[in-house]
Amino acid sequence: MARLARLELSEEDVERMAGELSNILEHVERISSLDLDGVEPTTHVVVLENVLRADEPRPSLPRETALEQAPDPADGAFRVPSPQA
Amino acid sequence: MSAGIRELTAAGAIGRIEAGELSPGDLRDAYAQAPDELGAYLERLSEGGEPAAGELRGLPVAVKDIFCTEGVPTTAGSKILEGYRPPYTATAVQRLADAGANVLGKTNMDEFAMGSSNENSAYGPVRNPWDIGRVPGGSSGGSAAAVAGRLAPAAIGTDTGGSIRQPASLCGIVGLKPTYGAISRYGMIAFASSLDQCGPLTRDVTDAALLLRAMQGADTCDSTCVGIEAGVELPSREDLKGLRIGVASDFSHQVEGVEPGVADVFERSLEMIRELGAEVGECELPHAEHGISAYYVLAPAEASANLARYDGVRYGLRADGDGELVAMYERTRAAGFGPEVKRRIMLGTYALSSGYYDAYYGRAQRVRTKIAEDFTTAFEGFDLIATPTSPSVAFELGARTKDPLAMYLSDYFTVPMSLAGIPAISIPAGLAEPPGGGPQLPVGLQLTSPAFTESSLLDAAHALERAVAFDGRPPTLGEEA
Amino acid sequence: MAEWEAVIGLEIHVQLRTRTKMFCGCELSFGDDPNVHTCAICLAHPGVLPTVNEQAVQYGLQIGLALGCEIAPRSIFHRKNYFYPDNPKAYQISQYDIPLARSGSLADVRIHRVHLEEDAAKLIHVGESGRIHGSGASLVDFNRGGTPLVEIVTEPDLREPSRAREWLQLLRSTIKAIGASDVNMEEGSLRCDANISLRPAGSDELGTKTELKNMNSFRFIERGIAAEIERQRDVLESGGVVSQDTLHFDPRDGTLTSLRSKEYAHDYRYFPEPDLVPLAPTEEMLARAREALPELPAERRERYRSELDLPEKQATQLAFAAGLGSYYEEALATADGASAKAIANWVTGDLVARLRDAGEDDCDPASSKVTPGAIASLAGLAESRAVSNNAAREVLSALVAEGGDPAEIVEREGLGQMEDSGELDEIVDRALEAEPDAAQKVRDGNMKAVGPLVGFVMRETKGRADGGEVTRLIREKLGR
Repeated sequence: MARLARLELSEEDVERMAGELSNILEHVERISSLDLDGVEPTTHVVVLENVLRADEPRPSLPRETALEQAPDPADGAFRVPSPQA
Repeated sequence: MSAGIRELTAAGAIGRIEAGELSPGDLRDAYAQAPDELGAYLERLSEGGEPAAGELRGLPVAVKDIFCTEGVPTTAGSKILEGYRPPYTATAVQRLADAGANVLGKTNMDEFAMGSSNENSAYGPVRNPWDIGRVPGGSSGGSAAAVAGRLAPAAIGTDTGGSIRQPASLCGIVGLKPTYGAISRYGMIAFASSLDQCGPLTRDVTDAALLLRAMQGADTCDSTCVGIEAGVELPSREDLKGLRIGVASDFSHQVEGVEPGVADVFERSLEMIRELGAEVGECELPHAEHGISAYYVLAPAEASANLARYDGVRYGLRADGDGELVAMYERTRAAGFGPEVKRRIMLGTYALSSGYYDAYYGRAQRVRTKIAEDFTTAFEGFDLIATPTSPSVAFELGARTKDPLAMYLSDYFTVPMSLAGIPAISIPAGLAEPPGGGPQLPVGLQLTSPAFTESSLLDAAHALERAVAFDGRPPTLGEEA
Repeated sequence: MAEWEAVIGLEIHVQLRTRTKMFCGCELSFGDDPNVHTCAICLAHPGVLPTVNEQAVQYGLQIGLALGCEIAPRSIFHRKNYFYPDNPKAYQISQYDIPLARSGSLADVRIHRVHLEEDAAKLIHVGESGRIHGSGASLVDFNRGGTPLVEIVTEPDLREPSRAREWLQLLRSTIKAIGASDVNMEEGSLRCDANISLRPAGSDELGTKTELKNMNSFRFIERGIAAEIERQRDVLESGGVVSQDTLHFDPRDGTLTSLRSKEYAHDYRYFPEPDLVPLAPTEEMLARAREALPELPAERRERYRSELDLPEKQATQLAFAAGLGSYYEEALATADGASAKAIANWVTGDLVARLRDAGEDDCDPASSKVTPGAIASLAGLAESRAVSNNAAREVLSALVAEGGDPAEIVEREGLGQMEDSGELDEIVDRALEAEPDAAQKVRDGNMKAVGPLVGFVMRETKGRADGGEVTRLIREKLGR
């Protein structure tokens, strides 16, 4: 799970968290006993449809601004270690 | 005279400015120069204070550090965004500026809005002005402490499961969570997208209405924002005649875990409500008790996706991965996120993972539907529903940090309204002694109403506020600052 | 040895020709400097929100309708969660179990679904390659990130690599005719992956399928699919079992490389996108999409049969072979004089044959040097007998080689039909003198011997003479 979430956790972290999460999940389990047959899930709170944006260009950021916060800018791009795959 | 200036409500200050008795510069200076012993601010801005047109007329407002402010550091209370300066400003903040307000400073908060005590900030906890050994509540703890502690005339924060209302309750001020979709979320660093809402934390209900009016409205940058079609009226009610107020017996002060002091204040409030002419009756919210369970599946699930972008690639913290990409991701996030954030990301990832989606996320979404239906049904017979805002008064720093579940239960009464997307306000209803004794601390009362009925909600809250006549000044502030 | 049947399905991504990205107002980029078309939204800064491009939805609807799909009355966006540097939010906004359109068909291939999503950014690898650890760095260019995509997934109805290629070309020309995309494989606006499995001929069950990626031309797609079918056949015939895999095809040496790695065992943890509201195409939106559709292949075939009276097979070919239909339509438009049938015959007959010989990758006349106007004009010249059929074929060769105008070529090469039969008469006489043996055989009744005589005349006239007329003159002169 930590790998899926890209979080590096130490041994103790994993142990402690497992305990905490179990506790929380136990509480959360209470909803598994509810009768929810035929109930629609709420995927969207607001009752809206077809909110669309006109296909008109808006100004992009100047490149310096886009790269300003980058931890490792290089050649006008964002540099990262290469993926292994 | 700065302490005198800092006693004015926002509306009061605006009135003085309009009358030419006070300049926006003096107003701002009075606040900017007050020392922050509560840890409420992460950043105090030096610009602002010029006269401005618009309803808010140069009012300085404290802004929770979850709102992007162009060129000004915005951290969401996290180390992973240390030094980050957004290239744009949140719509809600822009609207305040368009109405004449200016940003006084960025307030401290629980990291990524995850918390109920403001002890989860990477930049230190915030203290409650009523007792500096106690928490102000969270996650908008800094905003609440700033307003209660006379470090800002008004503030804005965000509420996902109670993060405006609960700190307002613990700090003895007003906190409003508007209907989901009333105020644009563009520029509000996302925690749980289907629950997050911006709202005001203020000294009184009228101030809350003023800020809401300035900020609400549709935004082309936010597809889920519609604004409040009927607009926002400033409150004027002085009684509650003709109103029906519902109280759910299994979702109120009689629930196990509510402190006796809190329960007492709530009962006295109900009396006051009756005296003001309202009919108080019993309503039913059968699924509200499951709100916390549903919330602690849905919010972490959405958060796990919303926080995945903090990976060290384009901005913010980046840790050394020894040339390996996955290591870079993992170490960056391990170093940048605090324990509560990590807990919720793990919970959320789990709830969404293959094989568990239906059991957790799917069910939680259905519970959400039931809770919303409960409110719709209850509102057929009642105009408003009342609950205590928080089961407890402000607790001591460190008291709940070892027990995440106990911390989560602080949101017991506030979470269902978030799940249903309906507006809810907390107003100070009185003082109560904490368990274990000591100086009295504020207790909030929560009122909630149907979607987009903020004007009526504020009106009723205003009438009650008048009757309660809460002396909102924390004794710790002394006579003169 | 058992007979094996290949079962092929295609997964196609098409970049849309909108002006702005799928979820923000940045302009689409065409080979610009890196990161000049980005904003806080497509860089996934904290606090930003997506907004849906209206034109992308229109194009999506058009594609769905063109493919005969049922448009979902309500569809939603989902988040597809995974970490990769070209995916700035660490989730892609896509559609999952409630897509824009479903259950359509194009020719004999059924369409499973059509949906909208956003493209990833571009990762450029720099530094040392070939090392397993610390293998250098990559640069991320977010210009492409957020480009609107339509994903089309077919049912596994294809059986032959060549048919897959043909069908893909038909899909391409259909989408091109709509104007929704440039659908150019070299530029990346059309991408295609294939799912391939084998089963015993006659079986109904599906075998284990593999996914083939990274084929960026029609020819490579055909070869890649063929290579994978071979590979699977070898595995099965040696008693082995095909395992699920994702493969890259290297066209340089025809090898297939497995990409079996952890990255591809993703749990995408799909959940509905809370920042966007559902799409519920209105009558107005659907009507607008339908009106904007060009004539689709099935409609066109019907029109060619009933209005132009073209034979079924030819009508089908013109309507369903990529590019032929629109080319033919253009030729018809320019033609004054030539009949529709004549033009059709030239297009589907000699022109297509010539292009195939010339090794054109997709036999698309539009990419040849022969303009529609030229073929129409040529058909006219031949039909009116201004040139002989043989001469016309020579003109066609010239057109294929260098383009140009048929009338000019005829004049330049002197290929016009021989007006003056006196000239022809004289050449026939010379033929009889030059080939006395053949002439004698014809006189004696052996008609087959006329060949060399006709050949002589044709050479002398550079093919301009009408073959029938030449033969007639020869026989007349020889008393036959």
